[in-house]
Amino acid sequence: MAATPSSPPAPTTGAPRAVVVGGNRIPFARAGGPYARVSNLDMLTAALDGLVARFGLQDEVLGEVVAGAVLKHSRDFNLTREAVLGSPLSARTPAYDLQQACATGLEAVVSIANKIRLGQVESGVAGGVDSASDVPIAVSEGLRRTLLTLSRARTVPQRLKAAAALRPGDLKPATPRTDEPRTGLSMGEHQAFTTAQWGISRQAQDEIAFASHQRLAAAYEAGFFDDLVTPYRGLVRDQNLRADTSLEKLGKLKPVFGTRLDTPATMTAGNSTPLTDGASTVLLASEGWAQARGLTPLAAVVDAETAAVDFVHGEDGLLMAPVYAVPRLLARQGLGLGDLDYVEIHEAFASTVLTTLAAWEDKEFCLSRLGLDDALGTVDRERLNVHGSSLAAGHPFAATGGRIVASVAKTLHRRRAELLAAGEDRPVRALVSVCAAGGLGVAAILEAV
Amino acid sequence: MGGDTYLDLVNSGFTAKVAKQLGLPRPARLRRYRAGAPLVDGPVLVLGEGGDADTLAQFLSGTSPEHKGWDLDVRRHAGEGTRFAAVVLALTDVAHPRDLAEPLLTLAPVLRTLAPGGRVVTVSRAPSPDQAPALAAARQGVDGALRSIAKELRAGATGNGVVLADDVPVTAPAVLGALRFLLSARSAYVDGQLLPVDSAAGALPADWERPLEGRVAVVTGAARGIGEAIATTLARDGATVVAVDVPAAGEALAAVANRVRGTALQLDVTADDAGGRILEHALGRHGRLDVMVHNAGITRDKLLANMTPDRWESVIAVNIAAQLRINEALLTSGDFTDAPRIVSLASTSGIAGNRGQSNYAASKGGVIGMVQATAPLLAAFGGTANAVAPGFIETEMTARMPAVTRQVARRLSSLQQGGLPVDVAEAVAFLASPQAGGVVGQVLRVCGQSMVGR
Repeated sequence: MAATPSSPPAPTTGAPRAVVVGGNRIPFARAGGPYARVSNLDMLTAALDGLVARFGLQDEVLGEVVAGAVLKHSRDFNLTREAVLGSPLSARTPAYDLQQACATGLEAVVSIANKIRLGQVESGVAGGVDSASDVPIAVSEGLRRTLLTLSRARTVPQRLKAAAALRPGDLKPATPRTDEPRTGLSMGEHQAFTTAQWGISRQAQDEIAFASHQRLAAAYEAGFFDDLVTPYRGLVRDQNLRADTSLEKLGKLKPVFGTRLDTPATMTAGNSTPLTDGASTVLLASEGWAQARGLTPLAAVVDAETAAVDFVHGEDGLLMAPVYAVPRLLARQGLGLGDLDYVEIHEAFASTVLTTLAAWEDKEFCLSRLGLDDALGTVDRERLNVHGSSLAAGHPFAATGGRIVASVAKTLHRRRAELLAAGEDRPVRALVSVCAAGGLGVAAILEAV
Repeated sequence: MGGDTYLDLVNSGFTAKVAKQLGLPRPARLRRYRAGAPLVDGPVLVLGEGGDADTLAQFLSGTSPEHKGWDLDVRRHAGEGTRFAAVVLALTDVAHPRDLAEPLLTLAPVLRTLAPGGRVVTVSRAPSPDQAPALAAARQGVDGALRSIAKELRAGATGNGVVLADDVPVTAPAVLGALRFLLSARSAYVDGQLLPVDSAAGALPADWERPLEGRVAVVTGAARGIGEAIATTLARDGATVVAVDVPAAGEALAAVANRVRGTALQLDVTADDAGGRILEHALGRHGRLDVMVHNAGITRDKLLANMTPDRWESVIAVNIAAQLRINEALLTSGDFTDAPRIVSLASTSGIAGNRGQSNYAASKGGVIGMVQATAPLLAAFGGTANAVAPGFIETEMTARMPAVTRQVARRLSSLQQGGLPVDVAEAVAFLASPQAGGVVGQVLRVCGQSMVGR
């Protein structure tokens, strides 16, 4: 049984608020698409270039730039710093790399927001990038060991001996795998267990996917992304977006995960995210820093919580950690699901969203596993992923957090302005939840400024 | 861009000799602005009798008691063997066509030794129907003479004029500003033009190299071509630039904004709220909005006989309707009142017409009408609205023309070559400057004195 850890006290009031000022990303491309020959460094620099242009940050010394990639070349050990050096930002802007699987982008936002709230920095950029096309290819373990031994060998016999250890099979290159190292199962296979366990129907998953495409397409049509996305390499919108998809078309796709389970397989290429290339950035600052530059704060990063689950022993599904993180976060802030105007649950798979929602609606689960005294509650679908999410946009692992945070901050700011115009002065909040490999999950609350 | 190979050939080595012997057109490499280069490359001859000629000579040489002046090497007589870089003809006093003989015949021998990239600039007064016929004849005569002299000049030299309204003194900021612009390398591709100065409004800049210091300028269509050159040139002159283009051009736009140290605004100018969003961005980020450059434009060429509604309407929507709507938003905002400047891109097609461009010419003719009618609305704030009409400019658009048509189009001007985007940008920057405050509702052509239209 997972006990709820005791909640630390809420952050002291009076500390500076960390606000999202805006964001920029490049359109997300399908793996092997227009960014097939583009590196993580190129994409992250492009996203940063667009951010600098949008906010006039040329030659600016920012407090910090934090970003990362999940699939990373060893040469990119200082990826983010290199991107800063290649951007118009001042070369005196520090940077570091961060990696927490698919939660990288959101964790980068949280890291910078925390430093701003502590007064350690005044401004920063959080980002993430991933290429499923330009992935590192390593030599096999056997060849690697042989080469290392060879480099240490001093005499001819030693060298011959080292070389003789090489086996033909060692010449096969090792491509990176996104399978869970401890189970050998892909993320999709893991989620298929969870999907079956919660009895999530194919229809419900396709409806999530359909809504994602519809809403993302509508947002593009309305110009919502005009100040969030900068085209790159001829790509103007997310390549995975299918504005003309339908439930019929989605219903015709063959299941790809969970085909060997006893229950009917329901997870298809349509209701699972594709392999994607892309990069995103978010500009964060103290309110004073933003005001001094004529920049409008959109939303404050209020609080965040990370959870992990034991998926190895089957106690929980691989992608179910946010189910734990969110109630702890809400409790610490004294909030319920009903206090949230927007809920963003990263669509790793349509069924990830649905199993998360199902768990929160399940009283038995909430009592026994989350330590609550009732079901957490229901999320109004009209408030869920209102501008579409990863199923439509695609999911370049580390870039997803930045995509969500920039979009939701803009949405919050707009909503608050609308309410104020209508004479309603109340907090407008959003929850962001991102699941990640390794049984990790990060959640954050943002509030409109 | 294609690049003008012919121009390269007639300017280098053996092929230059052949072209000369065969009497082929020999377009020159034009003198263009370089930071730190002198205003003109040699002595300046000021011709004409009377007070205005003396005042101008004093100003140019920096010996005027009231003004700092430009410290040029000014001569009042055409000495034997002097190779002049520029000639200023002060003709404000002419009262009868007979009076033109003295200054113009004095100019005659000077023209033969005018330096490459030289300048002839007339300063005269505007004719009007309420004047004595002889006076109007003399003043209109300047127009004909100047245009002819411009056609006679070679080696990248140009001839232009400043035409003052009766109540405008020769020391008015716009007279001196226009004179300086026309003498300088910034007007490389402006030729055969007579620019009216109708008021004494405007102010001389504290620094002639950075006249737009402290000003915030919006440039639409800034991602590439002429718009990119305008953004670059305005930034060079000191302005903070908001670079605007459609979201689909965002990658190039961001590069331009970063290069000019400005901000990028991805915006479709035809959106209903485009004016409001431009204002919000400029005021929010940069605290003000002073210069609005309407450069965004499209072509959808078809003979009118084959015209389709979408081709007609999209050109009107982008090239003129959007400008009208944005201007209205600026004018009613109350935030566009500190000597504001509107500079809009017209076209020689909008003046002379062009086969297959009835929609485009309607929109560009519309631009001319718009600036003429908008200028009076801005006068109370010391503001102006003007247009720049480019002729054949070497851009991606003209690079797509058929090769022979392009070669012919290039030679159909006194300068016998196409202009560069920066040439248009220089004219825009001049009209956006504080010293151009007396130029109101005008169309400045940047066409190398194209044979097309006036």
